[in-house]
Amino acid sequence: MRVAVLQGGRSLERQVSLQTGQRVEESLRRLGHEVHGVDIDHAFVRTLGDLRPDVAFVALHGEDGEDGTVQELLEVLGIPYTGSAPAACERCWDKVVAKRTLAGAGIATPDAVSVSESAFKQLGAADALVLVGERIGFPLVVKPSRQGSALGLRMVQRAEEVPAALVAALSYDDRVLLEHHVDGRDLSVSVLDDETLPVVEVHPRGVDPYAERYTIGETTFTCPADLDAATIAAAEDLALRAFHALGCRGFARVDLLADRVTGELTVLEVDAVPGLTHTSYLPVAAEAAGIGFDALVARLVELALQPASAGA
Amino acid sequence: MTVEDQDPTPSQGVGDDERRPTAAAAAAERSGAPAADPAAATPPARPVPAFDGHTPVQRPSGDLERYARLFSQRTRVMKTSAMRDLMALTERPEVISLAGGLADTTLFPAEDLAKVLSHMAAGDSARALQYGPTEGLAEIRPCLAEVMAAEGTIVDPDEILVTSGGQQVIDLVCKTLVDPGDVVVTEGPTYPGAVPTFSAYEANVVQIEMDEDGMRIDLLEEALDRLAAEGRRPKFIYTIPTFQNPGGVTMSLERRRRLVQIAHEQQILVLEDNPYGLLRYEGEALPTLLSLDGGRFVIYAGTLSKILSPGIRVGWALAPAPVRQKMVIGKAGSDLNSSSLSQLFVAYYFRERDWRDYVRQQATVYQARRDVMLEALTRHMPDGTTWTRPQGGLFVWLTLPEQIDTTDLLARALQHDVAFVPGRGAFLDGRGGNSMRVNFSGVTEDEIREGVSRIGSVIAEQLELYASIAGTPRPRGGSTRGGSSDPVASPGDTDRSIVPLRTAGRRRGTA
Repeated sequence: MRVAVLQGGRSLERQVSLQTGQRVEESLRRLGHEVHGVDIDHAFVRTLGDLRPDVAFVALHGEDGEDGTVQELLEVLGIPYTGSAPAACERCWDKVVAKRTLAGAGIATPDAVSVSESAFKQLGAADALVLVGERIGFPLVVKPSRQGSALGLRMVQRAEEVPAALVAALSYDDRVLLEHHVDGRDLSVSVLDDETLPVVEVHPRGVDPYAERYTIGETTFTCPADLDAATIAAAEDLALRAFHALGCRGFARVDLLADRVTGELTVLEVDAVPGLTHTSYLPVAAEAAGIGFDALVARLVELALQPASAGA
Repeated sequence: MTVEDQDPTPSQGVGDDERRPTAAAAAAERSGAPAADPAAATPPARPVPAFDGHTPVQRPSGDLERYARLFSQRTRVMKTSAMRDLMALTERPEVISLAGGLADTTLFPAEDLAKVLSHMAAGDSARALQYGPTEGLAEIRPCLAEVMAAEGTIVDPDEILVTSGGQQVIDLVCKTLVDPGDVVVTEGPTYPGAVPTFSAYEANVVQIEMDEDGMRIDLLEEALDRLAAEGRRPKFIYTIPTFQNPGGVTMSLERRRRLVQIAHEQQILVLEDNPYGLLRYEGEALPTLLSLDGGRFVIYAGTLSKILSPGIRVGWALAPAPVRQKMVIGKAGSDLNSSSLSQLFVAYYFRERDWRDYVRQQATVYQARRDVMLEALTRHMPDGTTWTRPQGGLFVWLTLPEQIDTTDLLARALQHDVAFVPGRGAFLDGRGGNSMRVNFSGVTEDEIREGVSRIGSVIAEQLELYASIAGTPRPRGGSTRGGSSDPVASPGDTDRSIVPLRTAGRRRGTA
């Protein structure tokens, strides 16, 4: 089969995408496919038009690749592709939209307020920050609404740190979230073809989430997570519900928090185009389920070629 | 990333308790067939590190473990960083990158290269294609001594160790002197390209603030006292005294004398890195530390990268004989010898052309570019932003109001197709968040004007946004108006700068 592995592009997560892309390419070759790595650029549509791949493997992260833009073009070109359809990508990529969608489905997420850059500039939103702080409480987390890999994310301990954190987050997107910080255990539940894979518990070590995510040897995690059966079952159930509520297809990674005190589970975000780098959680979870990386890649391609179910 | 700044990832503080895998564990992993491991489905009883040494072999393991288990302890500090990945985006062709640190090699006449190379090929083809002595070829040494003499430093050509760029000198000095945890003293900010070298050797880096006269020797003495009280002594002090990278400042004569005196009194080695000394656009040349020291405690790193070509990878070192001997052995282990072809090219070039003439020509171009940059900064930078005014070299160092984080700012700047080096890459201790380095040698005057204007706009945008959020008076200046006038500090700006400051041609400082 001729497979185009879409990667790179000009998003801030270009390097991460190239890591995923390279790993996927190697795997597809081992599986005997004709593999073409495609670095997304101005000639993207023409390149794919000339190449006419049987399937496109979306190994993009960040803007364009994760927000549904590329998926929309692939629909127009009539090329089957891995992962979710444009609408689901859009919903997952924008954390504000994702939160609203999840809330609509009765799925708990940490309390948050979203504010746009123009609200500060035109509407004097700054005057509401005290109320926001009172409602959400400190410490709180400030993050861009649309950006992956924890870029622009800051934990804020005191009210006076809020403005600088907002400016930092607004460097990445024109809308930001101020979110309640849940002191909880970080759980990551991957969904593959409507079934959950073993739960990963992440043990963050330092203060630089980006370095931890993408440096081999930096983050420690447990998979399957060392949790009681009821919590595991609840986490898996919640992840599947979130997957469906957002309309995801094929695969996705659902990040959850389990409150250290109450044990309550909340959904932090859903990644519709999860990373498949050597340090990403989804491949680890698959491996724990006895699905090696090549088998995982083969499965994703197979899912992409299944006739699309109704809408997304 | 520029060629010279391979990886500005700051990181240190590796605990001794986190040892690497034992040979046995690594061997077990190698021989295992992880995918087929029957224990794969068994949950471990306790959290286990994903891929470092403690991991029992019975847990499922993917590719990452297969390799990560084999990594050495020192790779732990070789981290992926957001800044490094952002820097990769600065290479997009549409980006005006003031992030480079490059000589402008388009200035070198192509016909000169062709002629000299053809003469070299005709006269010395076999030698150019052959291995050479680790210390370097005999005919290049007088050329390098000649370069040093142009700065008033007289050395014996026989004592020169030819290296693959000045970068290799830093590596060899670390290789020779640094055990894990040893203290190395540097300027703060320091050359971002040296950071991964210090990290790889697991040095404990102590950074000393600078002002417009270079490293603050009073603070150095305090730091040395503090270290002595802890029973520690630095292995060496790393400094770029002339047109410092990234600070752009030059160490005064008085401080040079004092530094050498301290080195003698306390018997501490100093690594003097001098890539830019001959690129002086104004002011009086100062003696090198090596010439003040007489070669007793100063190790000298020279390079042709900034005066002839970075592509030929020719640098050199001078060091006290016992240190040099170890460095030679270390170099043999790294690369046997620096490129014979490059060395012979240099020898032929020095014989057939006036190298000084090419340096003068570059200096003229870079001086004009520096002037354009300083003028553009005055015109486009918002109030509260300060910068150094280099008398030579390639860089200007900017300090922004405290509330701006230049790594985040780079993300925004890239949306406007302009780039710089965030200051954090020049520190190992988390400082530098509100500073940046900009380069003027590798870009045209028009690009400098446009690039600085765009950077000024994004800073002004950020400051305005900050003011609208923090409810403070809006900052003045920025690229929307011509030049800043009053030295009004922006809200939150505590004026804590690391290097000397200039605002709209006015000098301020922390002397």
